[in-house]
Amino acid sequence: MVSLFDILGPVMIGPSSSHTAGACRLGRMARAVLGHTPEHARIELHGSFAATGEGHGTQRAIVGGLVGLAPDDPRLRDAYAEAAAAGMTWEFAEVDLGAEAHPNTARFELRHEGEVVTVRGASVGGGRVEVTELNGFPVSLTGDYHTLVLLAHDEPGTIHTVTGVLSANGVNLATMRVDRTGRHQDALMTIEADEPISDAALDEIRARPWVKWARRIERTS
Amino acid sequence: MHSSIESLIRDAEASGLTLPRVVAAAEEAESGRSEAEIRNRIRNTLRVMREAIVEGLEGKVHSPSGLTGGRARRLQENGPRLLGGRVTETLARAIATLEVNAAMGLIVAAPTAGAAGVLPAILFSVAEALDLDEERLVDGMLVAGGVGGVIAQRASLAGAQGGCQAETGSAAAMGAAAVTWLAGGSGEQVATSVALCLQGMLGLICDPIGGLVEVPCIYRNASAAMQAIAAAEMALAGLDFPVTADEVIDVMGEVGRRMPVAYRETAQGGLAATESARRLVQIRPTKRPRGASA
Repeated sequence: MVSLFDILGPVMIGPSSSHTAGACRLGRMARAVLGHTPEHARIELHGSFAATGEGHGTQRAIVGGLVGLAPDDPRLRDAYAEAAAAGMTWEFAEVDLGAEAHPNTARFELRHEGEVVTVRGASVGGGRVEVTELNGFPVSLTGDYHTLVLLAHDEPGTIHTVTGVLSANGVNLATMRVDRTGRHQDALMTIEADEPISDAALDEIRARPWVKWARRIERTS
Repeated sequence: MHSSIESLIRDAEASGLTLPRVVAAAEEAESGRSEAEIRNRIRNTLRVMREAIVEGLEGKVHSPSGLTGGRARRLQENGPRLLGGRVTETLARAIATLEVNAAMGLIVAAPTAGAAGVLPAILFSVAEALDLDEERLVDGMLVAGGVGGVIAQRASLAGAQGGCQAETGSAAAMGAAAVTWLAGGSGEQVATSVALCLQGMLGLICDPIGGLVEVPCIYRNASAAMQAIAAAEMALAGLDFPVTADEVIDVMGEVGRRMPVAYRETAQGGLAATESARRLVQIRPTKRPRGASA
């Protein structure tokens, strides 16, 4: 839903809400999926991002987002220096994801201590973003909520347990989606919540034997 | 957010609330934020708008491409020649914000970064002319936001979807509504100002040189600010327009949908495709990112 402050904002570092602010938010969301500043990031840009990104500071904004800078942080101008100081290396490539892909799409491959996550998302206008793929699973994340994404072995009671832990920690759920690769295989759970998901809740969920990995994505709007 | 100007005006009449309060109440209901929080956040956006204008007028910001920077200051230093200081100041303020935007400065994308110069230029100039305090400016921003919300739902605010009419045109319509309200206009006059403003922006294409939010954007923000003032003056004087604001907004949406893709922020047509533009972009290639590991 469009809020008044999507119209009277966002407050942002220019020059483009889609190519700069949205690009930064995509970087932030990808970083949140990894849970750390990446040691190395490979970012592929598609369509308009690839064609006009440089003049809009798109690459700089993405790198800034990957080290945790917000779209209104003046340090975005020096994002490369900030990232270098944080010990991150990165590479950009152009990619053609086909005519169906949103023109402002980026694909991330982020590494930290042997772990690799992949994130695909698009800047859909006015600084708003949508993450559409996470580690190969289709998702739909906007960053408008506190989000929990977890990969679990598909067995009875997993949803009940996760929602139970969250409600016991005072977290009200806004949306929930479950996708599985097959019966009794892996299931990806995406939960968007009104309240922040605490460390305690996250640890409690991660402690379950059937949870392969769980990631908290802070609200980025 | 309201989905028509008509319902916005009707809600104000039915509830006895002012137009700004109707917009704030709708936001309150949807977001769960209190009216005080909403007004506070708008005060913050006004502060960022002011700072951007000051920074731009200093004339020291320059975009990486070199296409913009220093124009707002040059205008202020060399004008006014024709209609007095207020007009020149308003134009310079619109350009100043867009120059700060192009230089990766902090701005308020109201409603978009490419049209960020229009609303602050009109609001601050009218506030000076009418001696309005900050709270009245917050009211003006709420009216502008209500109108922008209607346009976002019925048409579009994005140049890539609807051309420049959707960006600077929408910003101007929002600004026209705001200052018509601030000058004491009725709900009907606010609606008329939106119609009068947007009808004059219909068909404006988005054809930025080099695909950058710079030229003609800085100049279109300036002229859109004038369009807004013209519409508000006419509406306040009681001039009418036979097509309703909502209908004009719908037409803007339709024109945008039927606009060739070359004129929708792709830099493939219009001014961007001229020989002069191509020469400029060749001479001033944008910098490749430095420090990248590959």
